[in-house]
Amino acid sequence: MKVLNDTRTAFARELGPELRRPAGLLFTMLLPFLLLALFAPLLSGMSPVGGNTGTGSSWQWFAPGVLVLLALSATAGAGASLLNEMSSGAFERMLVTPLNRAAMLVGRALKEVVILLAQAVLILVLLLPTSFRFRPLGALAGLGLLTVFGIGIGALSFTLALHSRKQQTLFYGVQQMIFFPLLLLSGVLLPITQASAPTWLHVLSRINPAAYVVEAERALFDGRFAETSVLYGGLAATAVAVLGVVAGIRGMRNASV
Amino acid sequence: MIHTRGLTRSFRAKGETVEAVRGLDLDIEAGSVVAFLGPNGAGKTTSLRMLTTLLPPTSGSAVVAGYDVLTDPSGVRHRIGYLGQGNSAGSNFRVSDELITQGRAYGLSRAGSRARAESLLAALELEGLAKRTVGTLSGGQRRRLDIALALVHEPELLFLDEPTTGLDPHSRATVWEHVLRLREELGTTIVFTTHYLEEADLWARRVMVVDHGRVIADDSPEKLKAGLAGDRIILGTADRADAGRAVELARALPTVHEVTADGTEVRVRTPHGDTQLPVLLRNLEAAGVRTLTARLTRPTLDDVFLGLTGRTLRESAGATTATATHDGA
Repeated sequence: MKVLNDTRTAFARELGPELRRPAGLLFTMLLPFLLLALFAPLLSGMSPVGGNTGTGSSWQWFAPGVLVLLALSATAGAGASLLNEMSSGAFERMLVTPLNRAAMLVGRALKEVVILLAQAVLILVLLLPTSFRFRPLGALAGLGLLTVFGIGIGALSFTLALHSRKQQTLFYGVQQMIFFPLLLLSGVLLPITQASAPTWLHVLSRINPAAYVVEAERALFDGRFAETSVLYGGLAATAVAVLGVVAGIRGMRNASV
Repeated sequence: MIHTRGLTRSFRAKGETVEAVRGLDLDIEAGSVVAFLGPNGAGKTTSLRMLTTLLPPTSGSAVVAGYDVLTDPSGVRHRIGYLGQGNSAGSNFRVSDELITQGRAYGLSRAGSRARAESLLAALELEGLAKRTVGTLSGGQRRRLDIALALVHEPELLFLDEPTTGLDPHSRATVWEHVLRLREELGTTIVFTTHYLEEADLWARRVMVVDHGRVIADDSPEKLKAGLAGDRIILGTADRADAGRAVELARALPTVHEVTADGTEVRVRTPHGDTQLPVLLRNLEAAGVRTLTARLTRPTLDDVFLGLTGRTLRESAGATTATATHDGA
């Protein structure tokens, strides 16, 4: 019970500033928005995209990947706020309170997910004028998967911040070093198949959990629930979430100044 | 309220082990007001961080408010309030939200937290700022908000790490007025560090002088000053011969620590200058020594530190800042 109350306290604290500045949501949406506006139209003449087995247009193929990109870009930087609080003294104050350390991590991660979902819904609304076919059940399942993945990436970002306390450039360096390979090897922009990619690149993409999440999102938003890609995507997102939350809670419990 | 034995904390810095706190033995009773006094890098902040569970000790033990800092840190956290040197409130948050969050963290209801926040804002002269974002406050307002955050749950033990640094005299007085009122009303034990010597002198009932990670003196400010520094009587005599005779007469007084002469000026260090001065003046007059001026100066805690270490706190602050290997130690 205390953990739940403390999670709610931590979540409410983090969400407050976001609710007062809703325009802030748009900043982390810039890259996905630019891709939808300036890159997706280029794919319209390419059908089926990369041999995609989906049922719809190139928008149907591209948009779910953009949501995963959004999850990566929005939550990977979540640790920056923690880093800021660690250098200012606010985090030190929180550590001396009886707030459950796990709740401090989970509350923060949940706030990131709420923001992510709001952004994802906004992107789906922006897609309405396109040929993207909106399937409510598929969208719900897709957003659920995105939530699990977002919790994991957000928690990993907090973990990285906790370990970068004494050297803040470490956080930004590692974050960028991981973010771009994850993105490029996920097949968000172009399909990475055995036929289209060099073997080494294809192998790398197969060890990238984001690639499985992207494929699962495409299947879910297309209403293809029974595909193995959904299972693999679910497992990959869950693995990232478990890893992130366990590492984050451990980091938070051991946090000192 | 606080009991430590052999509390030690060392850090690795540039391949070397630096002992920030060395074998701290403390026994602080409930209701005390205790100041840690020492230059930067002496180990004051590190000691506070160990006692508040922020930093695990390298060795030794500490029981704070009845709970062991290592085996039951949560028990400690429930009972203490803490004000660090940094900004306790996040820049992007609203003043009232931070206070309410703090209350909730200590188990207060939402309504209780809100009421407590309003009361603290009024007490610390922050009314009208409840809806402001913390980042828009002035330095003094932010510090008073930090104090309010530490007091939200009316802790039985309050740790303050340089609580009034950067505040103007009026704000400093306001902060201390509120902190001491809390002590009067609830019997709160207060442990603080400060580099305002007069604050330690004025508010602490017990001063622990810390240097190089060790407590080198521990007593009330009055006893420290009387025992280690003493009052100073400064006499101006008519000529060197009178000065020489004044030195002899001063040395004949009881409980005189030191008598020195510099030209026609004679300096007498004694623990009880207020009672010794009239006696000395009578003796000088009876002996026909021509005394032109007489002054009595009271010692400061800086004089105590000088007496203990051979250097002043201000000199030490400069030296240790240049060589400090661990921030805040």
